[in-house]
Order: sequence, then structure tokens, then C-alpha cells
Amino acid sequence: MSDIPSDLLYSAEHEYLKKTEEPDVYVVGITDYAQGELGDVVFVELPSVGDSYEKMATFGTIEAVKAVSDLYSPVSGEVVEVNEGLEDDPSLVNSDPYGEGWMIKVRLADSAELSGLMDATAYATHVGD
Amino acid sequence: MSGELQMTPLHAEHVALGGKMVPFAGFEMPVQYSTGITAEHRAVREAAGLFDVSHMGEFEIRGPEAEALVQKITVNDVTRVEVGQAQYSAMTLADGGIIDDLIVYRFADRFMLVVNASNRAKDWAWVTKHAGGMEVEIADRSDEYALLALQGPAAREILRPLSSVDPDSVGYYRFSEGRVAGVDAVISGTGYTGEDGFELYIAAGDASELWAALLEAGAPVGLIPAGLGARDSLRLEVGYALYGNDLDEEHTPLESALGWITRLDSGDFVGRDAIARQKEAGVPTRLVGLRLEARGFPRPGYPVVAEGRPVGRVTSGTVSPSLGEGIALARVEAGFHTAGTALAVEIRGKEVPAVVQRPPFYAEGSIRR
Repeated sequence: MSDIPSDLLYSAEHEYLKKTEEPDVYVVGITDYAQGELGDVVFVELPSVGDSYEKMATFGTIEAVKAVSDLYSPVSGEVVEVNEGLEDDPSLVNSDPYGEGWMIKVRLADSAELSGLMDATAYATHVGD
Repeated sequence: MSGELQMTPLHAEHVALGGKMVPFAGFEMPVQYSTGITAEHRAVREAAGLFDVSHMGEFEIRGPEAEALVQKITVNDVTRVEVGQAQYSAMTLADGGIIDDLIVYRFADRFMLVVNASNRAKDWAWVTKHAGGMEVEIADRSDEYALLALQGPAAREILRPLSSVDPDSVGYYRFSEGRVAGVDAVISGTGYTGEDGFELYIAAGDASELWAALLEAGAPVGLIPAGLGARDSLRLEVGYALYGNDLDEEHTPLESALGWITRLDSGDFVGRDAIARQKEAGVPTRLVGLRLEARGFPRPGYPVVAEGRPVGRVTSGTVSPSLGEGIALARVEAGFHTAGTALAVEIRGKEVPAVVQRPPFYAEGSIRR
């Protein structure tokens, strides 16, 4: 049983979106379920501030001991901040996926895309919890 | 791999400890426990880890011609092995390709060959075939044995109060028969981690008891159970080859960094002539260690390139938990194999610079040779 906070939005590819205080800016990371499946994260390749991605485009990769996975942008938008802390300690993705293990902050290009994401209940069903 | 997966006698223990069970060599084995691969790796380097390696195969060979049979089917010189001693060796096909790597134990009344689980069936067929017409008795005891590996700088101190045999009397690649936590055991000074440690061969029915006793005795000094994931990164840091990744039937021991166990003067073993001819003609490929000089995770199958062309492939790789850099074993064309040669590993279309390095990559281990 993985941790699925009720106040986040989720993609089928196991990324989450968390509101920030700034309108239309969201934190993106991978879910507790995803980090559990990946196992120990060895490093994370993240984009640069200012890069823009379409919904479902690959914005980075995550290398875990077992496998490498692409990171898919759950929404279209521009990267406004990246988590530099993951450079030094990628294991934060495992230990605190919704907190210190966040990956990027994105400014939404189209807030209508949010309706295509899952809430916690739907995501829990998605991962079979 | 087909059919139902086998379980070791410790399957229930693994599940109870949060083991993430995966198919491996026909067995369902824990790749990690709830602690995770990195923590398990560190525990073995800094304190101790306990591995269930009961999937390994054990063959017994007895009789007047037991030594002659072992000498005939293995590349090392078993006549140099004393009672109570173990020897790392390999079996080769007539063309020199490696059938398996193994450990040979010489008891007063028999030999024991410890083989890889993935090769047990073909190894047994091979031993059986060559035993034909010889005065030997052979037996596959794999299902009767469980095997626990207690590895790490604290292994000796954990074992000492539980063992009827003083661990200090068991040298590197030596073994004694005794009792551990009340259970009959072959206590072997061997391992696959580059750390001091022991492998304990016990009856399958005693596995749960010994597993629990060791974990309880070792917990105060940091012993935790460790899975296949940590076993893989630990062995890679010291450059030990894994059959199926780094060793296979398509390559000889000379091509696989196993020249040091290949005694061409040890009589007419199967594969000897082919290996001798290859030595004469030139060894076409080499298994080498690679250290990445930039960030990257070298995975099996990734191309190794030099001079703008592929010259080999990664056979095993990881990001070393101890060193924090990418390390690999790779098979490369002869000529690109000497220490210091600058190569690159192609990682998803990107060339990451790498240098040939003679393992161990991690040389700080507590192993007592």
C-alpha cells in the first residue's frame, strides 16, 4: 500500500502535480508507488529552467538500480525551477517523493489539461491499491 | 526459463521481511528487502549482510577416480587442492567455451562442486556424461542443501559465539565442518562481495533455524538480510564475473579474465587443446573492467565504442554505491583491453567516456586472502 496524498493530481505514468502558492505553477514529481517500483534511485536527469514541454513529452530520465525510466510531463508548460538537491542526493526521490524528492516546477500552458489528470481516489484504483 | 519457479527453504522468511521477490535462475528470490539495495550494500561494506544463496547447486563426487573426474572436467589443477581447501574453477566445452564457473571443495572422502543455479541441469548432464565408465559415484545434492552467505567486516565476530569452529581457523578458500547455532554446517571461507565472510552449507531443513539465529545474533552490530541486488553491486565493485552476463559458452576462460585459474599444464582436461590453441593464435576478445569518467549507468548490452566504431559491449554494470561512479565489466576486442585504454560507453545515444581498469574497483574490502 503506497502513500497517495488526497490533495494532489496524478498521471497514468505515475507523476504527481502539486499546487504552489503561485497561480498556474505546479510541482511535478513521481509518486510513492512509482519510487517503490523503481527501487533505489541512482540519479535523475532534469531539464533546465526555461525549457518547455508538451503534455506527455519526456522531460527527463530517472536511473534506478534496476532500470532507467523516462519522466513524462503530465501537462504542457514551462519549467520555472528544478530541484538541484537531487543532484547531491537522488535518494530523496525514494525517501520523500512528495516533499524533498520533487523534480521540477512547471508553469501551466493550458489549465484545461488538469481535468485530464486523476484525483487520489482514481489514482489508487489505477495502481490497484 | 520455463515452468514453475522453485523456492528456497527460506522463501517464507524473505516474504515476511518485505523481500521483493523476482524470478532468478529458476527460483523466486528476493532482489531486495524493505531496506533497499543501497542500504543492504552499505551494510555489507560497513557491518554485515546475510544472503540466502540456497539456489546454488551442489554436486558430490566420490570413489577411487573422483579426483581424476574433477581434473578432467575443470580447468584448474585440482591435484593442488588439499583436504579442507576450496578452489575456484570452471568447466569448459571441447571448444573451450565456458559451461559454468564453480567452486570445488575437497573433503576427505569426496569432492563437492558448487555450481550456478541457472546452469545446474546442463552442468549435471555434463558431469554425468563424463563420469560414464569411471569408477565414481556422483550425486546432485542441490535440493538437500541450503546455503547462507554471511558477509562483511563484522561477519567473523557474529559467527564466533555461535560456531563450534573458531572462525579464525577457517582461512580464505578453506573450510571446516562443525556446528553453527546447533546446526551441522560446512563453514567455508568464501564469498562474492570482497568482504571478509563465510558461506555456510547446511541441511535444507535447518535453514530457517540458522537464518533466524544469525539475524538475531548479528542485529546489534548491524547485520541485515541482503538480496540479489546488493549481491550484484557488491560483486561488481570487486570485479567478480557472473555467469550468463560476463561468462558464457561463446567465450573461453582466457577471453573472460579467467586465465589465472586455467592450468594448461594440469593434464588433458576437456577444452584444454582448444584453449591452448587460442593462446597460441591470439585471444580475440577480452573481458575488462570499465570505469566511467562522467555520470552514467552502464547496463548490459550497451555498446562500447572507440575510434568511432563499436569495439565491444557492456556485460554487467552499475553505479557503484561505494564509489558513486559508473562501473562495468565489458567484453571488448583484443587491443582495447589494456588498463588505461580510453573507451566510451554509448548510453542511449550519448557517448560517456570510460577507461579500462583492472578490478577491483573497490579495494577497501575486509576480505582476508
